[in-house]
Amino acid sequence: MLAPAPPSHTDRTGALASAPPVLEILSAEKSFADGTRALAPVDLIVSTGEFITLIGPSGCGKSTLLKLIASLLEPTDGRILWWRAGSEKLGSPGRRIAFVFQDPTLMPWARVEANVRLPLDLARVGKQESRPRVAQALARVGLQGFERHYPRQLSGGMRMRVSIARSLVTEPNLILMDEPFGALDEITRNRLDADLLGLWWERKLTVLFVTHSIYEAVFLSTRVVVMSARPGRIFNVMTIDEPQPREAGFRDSPRFAAYCRQLSGWLAEASLLQRAP
Amino acid sequence: MTVWAPLLVGVAMVLVWETACRVFHVPVFLFPKPSDIWRTLTSEWPSLLRALGMTLRIAFQAFATAVVVGTLIAFLFVQSRAIERSFFPYAILLQVTPIVAIAPLIIILVKNTQVALTLCATVVALFPIISNTTLGLRSVDPGLASLFRMNRAGRLQTLWRLRIPSALPYFFGGLRISSGLALIGAVVAEFVAGTGGRSSGLAYEILQAGFALDIPRMFAAMLLITLAGVALFTLMVGLSKLALGGWHESEVGVEA
Repeated sequence: MLAPAPPSHTDRTGALASAPPVLEILSAEKSFADGTRALAPVDLIVSTGEFITLIGPSGCGKSTLLKLIASLLEPTDGRILWWRAGSEKLGSPGRRIAFVFQDPTLMPWARVEANVRLPLDLARVGKQESRPRVAQALARVGLQGFERHYPRQLSGGMRMRVSIARSLVTEPNLILMDEPFGALDEITRNRLDADLLGLWWERKLTVLFVTHSIYEAVFLSTRVVVMSARPGRIFNVMTIDEPQPREAGFRDSPRFAAYCRQLSGWLAEASLLQRAP
Repeated sequence: MTVWAPLLVGVAMVLVWETACRVFHVPVFLFPKPSDIWRTLTSEWPSLLRALGMTLRIAFQAFATAVVVGTLIAFLFVQSRAIERSFFPYAILLQVTPIVAIAPLIIILVKNTQVALTLCATVVALFPIISNTTLGLRSVDPGLASLFRMNRAGRLQTLWRLRIPSALPYFFGGLRISSGLALIGAVVAEFVAGTGGRSSGLAYEILQAGFALDIPRMFAAMLLITLAGVALFTLMVGLSKLALGGWHESEVGVEA
């Protein structure tokens, strides 16, 4: 069982329980035209400032759920509210969503600065205004001095940083991340995790993060949502009630290990479920 | 190294050719020595150059027309699958019918020889532009497409900022193939027109020289066509390097 959280730390999760919901997923489900049921009805409420991780066996509908939330897909049934309104209001100030994909998804023909500036360009923000914002976004991910590089001149980790900078440039209120660091080596991944956590804390972001890694989920999240497959649904939710921002030392603490053990138990159960008829 | 090795092979081959012809006393009207060809080339330079100019003019006109028309058709095709499905078979038809079979018809139907020849060469050069550009315009990274969608990009923004840049590498691939085909098309059309005595390009020179058994002149004209083709190809490679040099895998050195 998990040790109780020490009472002295800033309990952001607790403080935010009363915060207005960013996202209300109300029995949203998704079937595709070929009949596959990707997502059974899912209910989830996400409050401002949460860092939520979705974890589960492959095919559990994590990516589908994320796309529904990004409004890249429409739910077959049920509904999703963003800041208590429908998708038509998305994109206006205070209701911005950014998506970080599995791959950096950069335009290879554009330099780093142009890649980061893209969302502003598409919104027809003038150069005068966008220039400092791009510089600021790049500074936040530690990529000052790489403005004039092409993506192919950067390492995998740096490309991912560009992708994150691009998502930050619009000052989003909700960031969706679909296994963004899955393809990176562990050291780079840990460093990016730590940086992301710092950003989340400092910018008071709300993050929804898909991962395969239990350790990543425990280290990053305020809540971990465990999903099971066929059809995808929420199996269980774990609250990681630990001081924020997390320090690297948390990874080595017995409490961290306890969370991981519990989570991997749930994951095993969730995977077993799908083998049942 | 990349220039010197093939150049050395070329020089060696010319030397062997020259000595073999000299040693075995091959008559000029059967198979000329490189030196005979060179002599013809220098002495008949003005008339050959004029013929080369004619052929190149037709090739360039055809190439330009093919690029403009082909790109427009490709843009039309990507507007809807229905349009593409309805018209693409005809583009293939155009591609698979040998130009020698169509050329006589075109030359009879179109009064102006220049226009007729250009039309023939255009028909040959068109297909690679259509197929490559269509493929390119469709080859958009789905992730980037989602990103554009999420940022509420308009149709024009998506076209200009995403589709066209994504298509460029394919488009330039098409240009390389098409430029060579335009020249071949021009020469073939001239041959067909030349048999009717209505041409004055390099192919016509080859025909006339053949009738007159002026073999060195045939070789000289052929050499010029080849050189023109190589020059055209090199030009396209340079253009593609200029446009894609900064970012595309095909044009970036291996040092990365």
